[in-house]
Amino acid sequence: MNNAKSKLSGTSAGYKWLSVVILILLAIFFIFPLYWIVTGSFKDAITINARTPQWFPLSPTMENYTKLFSNPALRWLGNTVFMAVMAMFLTCLTASLAGYALAKKRFYGRGVLFTIIICAMALPKQVIVIPLLQEMNVLHLADNIWAVILPTVGWPFGVFLMKQFSETIPTEILEAARVDGAGELRTFFNVVFPMIKPGVGALAIFTFVNSWNDYFLQLIMLTTRENWTISLGIARLQGEMSSDFGLIMAGATLAAIPIVAVFIAFQKYFTQGIAMGAVKG
Amino acid sequence: MAQNAPAAVAERKPKKQRQSQFSGMSKALIRRETISAYLFLLPSLIFFVGFVVVPMAMCLVYSFLDMGIDVSSAHFVGIQNYVEMFQDRVFLKGLVNTAVIVVVAVPTVTAFSLWVSSAIYKMKPIPRSFFRCVFYLPVVTGTVAVTVVWKWMFNTYNGLINQVFGTTTNWLGNEATAIWCIILILFTTSIGQPIVLYVAALGNVDQSLIEAAEVDGATKLQVFWKIKWPQILPTTLYILVITTINSFQCFALIQLLTSGGPNYATSTIMYYIFETAYRYQRFGYANAMGVILAIIIAIFSAIQFKVTKTDN
Repeated sequence: MNNAKSKLSGTSAGYKWLSVVILILLAIFFIFPLYWIVTGSFKDAITINARTPQWFPLSPTMENYTKLFSNPALRWLGNTVFMAVMAMFLTCLTASLAGYALAKKRFYGRGVLFTIIICAMALPKQVIVIPLLQEMNVLHLADNIWAVILPTVGWPFGVFLMKQFSETIPTEILEAARVDGAGELRTFFNVVFPMIKPGVGALAIFTFVNSWNDYFLQLIMLTTRENWTISLGIARLQGEMSSDFGLIMAGATLAAIPIVAVFIAFQKYFTQGIAMGAVKG
Repeated sequence: MAQNAPAAVAERKPKKQRQSQFSGMSKALIRRETISAYLFLLPSLIFFVGFVVVPMAMCLVYSFLDMGIDVSSAHFVGIQNYVEMFQDRVFLKGLVNTAVIVVVAVPTVTAFSLWVSSAIYKMKPIPRSFFRCVFYLPVVTGTVAVTVVWKWMFNTYNGLINQVFGTTTNWLGNEATAIWCIILILFTTSIGQPIVLYVAALGNVDQSLIEAAEVDGATKLQVFWKIKWPQILPTTLYILVITTINSFQCFALIQLLTSGGPNYATSTIMYYIFETAYRYQRFGYANAMGVILAIIIAIFSAIQFKVTKTDN
């Protein structure tokens, strides 16, 4: 907007600067917990328990990390990466196929199916976790990382998002592919998939981050110490030694830094994709 | 498929698709399309039915059973679980706490994210991405990592908050303050997605309408309410619904910070469901509470949908 033209240019310029100052203060407030996690992980017990806060670790120590790795923390991290990658891959594959069919095919039951998907999305995901555990017991998957992956893939948000993206594919292009004699699968992988790639990218990051952080599902499904994820590991360490904040911050650093790095690297695709998919609904 | 005019129009108007989806298609073509559509849907449907629809149905069935850890001894008790719930003081306390969290968090998150988005959406791409990223940071960092650092900051003896303000308050152990600490942390982990959505929605508002209104001498407030607000209304609705669902499901924060205490002051429905199932091993009762929680969320979503629609 052109503020110079406005009669209120003086006040609106003042308001603009005030809002920038407030935004910067808020940004500090939002970054601070992560800063405090990372710096806290390098502080020794005396500094952590001191009466006055040390804003920056002046004598950094690795003792918290030594203690952390006396637990199977790397194993937890490995489990978490495997879980998030598999959930991401399977969600993107199944959701893009299904979203395309819902958007571009005309078939019996289409309206009903889409309604069911929308209704399921509005239900609290955590409520079904308790019966899910019983189901996983029957399938002999309890305490297995797949018990966390499979329900993540089943959650219908991905199908919804991919449907929104597939709506934008011009039908003429699909017609042209058919006239050229391309089969259904070839049409999908050579024509449709390249066009919905931004959406798939967004869904990939969204699923990866959400699966990484889906603490409740992990808490219910995974019981053996070796099978835990990193979130579960920190939560349990916190329960076992609640006053050893240095150790807990080292665990939190190990959990947070990889996912924050992944997010910052791909955030452009994420913000574009999620916004496009949801807003155009 | 869509070679005739009505179908081509329908393509651009998704809402009209249902009435006219088969127009101009022969029976054989419809059948072929239906088969191929279900083949595309099959992988996704296996996961969706197996791990969402089936557990939902199980949840409903179990809610009418008295069932403990030994499934074979489960027996039908009718609506007894539902009756018990409304005489259970811990459940009712949880209902009140959940209501407080939702009623405070949802409007605050929505209004605050709208303000932040309005302030940043016209910025240059780099500062805009920076702020959007910063407000999304607590979501990415993860509930557990965020919660444990706040637990340290709220600690009575070596927590930053007491050190900075020179107080000796037991923030998480005090009935009056504990729930506000939880709402504060919930707030920081909830505004990321609404900001992403609002920034995109505000960027899509028709700029020519705004310019026309300004030439006519409309104030900024008028421009906002008459032009921007109607256009971002669908986004607002979506944000209200997702924030409501998130607030109702608030669990990790409570389990890790207060375990529902002190004296059930922070016990929510979701936390009590977890306790009932895994501490008291009453799966039937826990599932009945789950059904009630789902119904409450459905009613809230429907009301928000209705109110936002009639406002338009």
